[in-house]
Amino acid sequence: MPEAKDGCVKPARGPMLKPTGPTVPPTGTPAAEEVRAMVARVGQEAPDFEANAYVAEGGFKTVRLSEYKGRWIVLCFYPGDFTFV
Amino acid sequence: MDVVVLAMSTDSRFVHKIWQEAELAKMVKGGVPFPMLSDAGGRIGTIYGIYDEAAGVDIRGRFIIDPDFVVRAMEVLTPEVGRNPDELIRQVKAFQHVRKTGEVTPSGWQPGQTTLKPGPALVGKVWEVWKP
Repeated sequence: MPEAKDGCVKPARGPMLKPTGPTVPPTGTPAAEEVRAMVARVGQEAPDFEANAYVAEGGFKTVRLSEYKGRWIVLCFYPGDFTFV
Repeated sequence: MDVVVLAMSTDSRFVHKIWQEAELAKMVKGGVPFPMLSDAGGRIGTIYGIYDEAAGVDIRGRFIIDPDFVVRAMEVLTPEVGRNPDELIRQVKAFQHVRKTGEVTPSGWQPGQTTLKPGPALVGKVWEVWKP
């Protein structure tokens, strides 16, 4: 299995504010008004983000939601690995 | 259906790897085929409105996003009840049908069943064409 070039060290940038680009410091939290403006709602554009990921067969990589623009996406949050349900 | 599935929790990608290898691969042959994303710190869950600050976890939120990057559906459950993938698939198929045809799908619609064509002619006449 080839190691992804992002490896294990590069932190993902989390929520991506518009205009796209690294406007959020890696350790920062979006200001409250930015969070309100970005919160997901039906009928509105999906808030973009970048996250570190594990992919079976592919190892570790960085995933940006907008990479999948043009396709149907199902985004599922869950409370934690090794939980029971 | 051609759908991209992304799973996300506040666990690190390292924990995702071990969970996949230690448990999921024993439930699903070859492990789950979709990317497992890490929302360390809950910042992404926060902008999706499903981060529980007290517990420090993302609760069960599920979002359907269309090819124009518009959120079409969301479902949020507290952690103790699992989801129903059949309903998720039904919703995706319904949204795909609507996008392709411009028709709308009544309650509980399944592929192949009657759809509705909204317009002045249908006002007060739904009972004639749709009998659940």
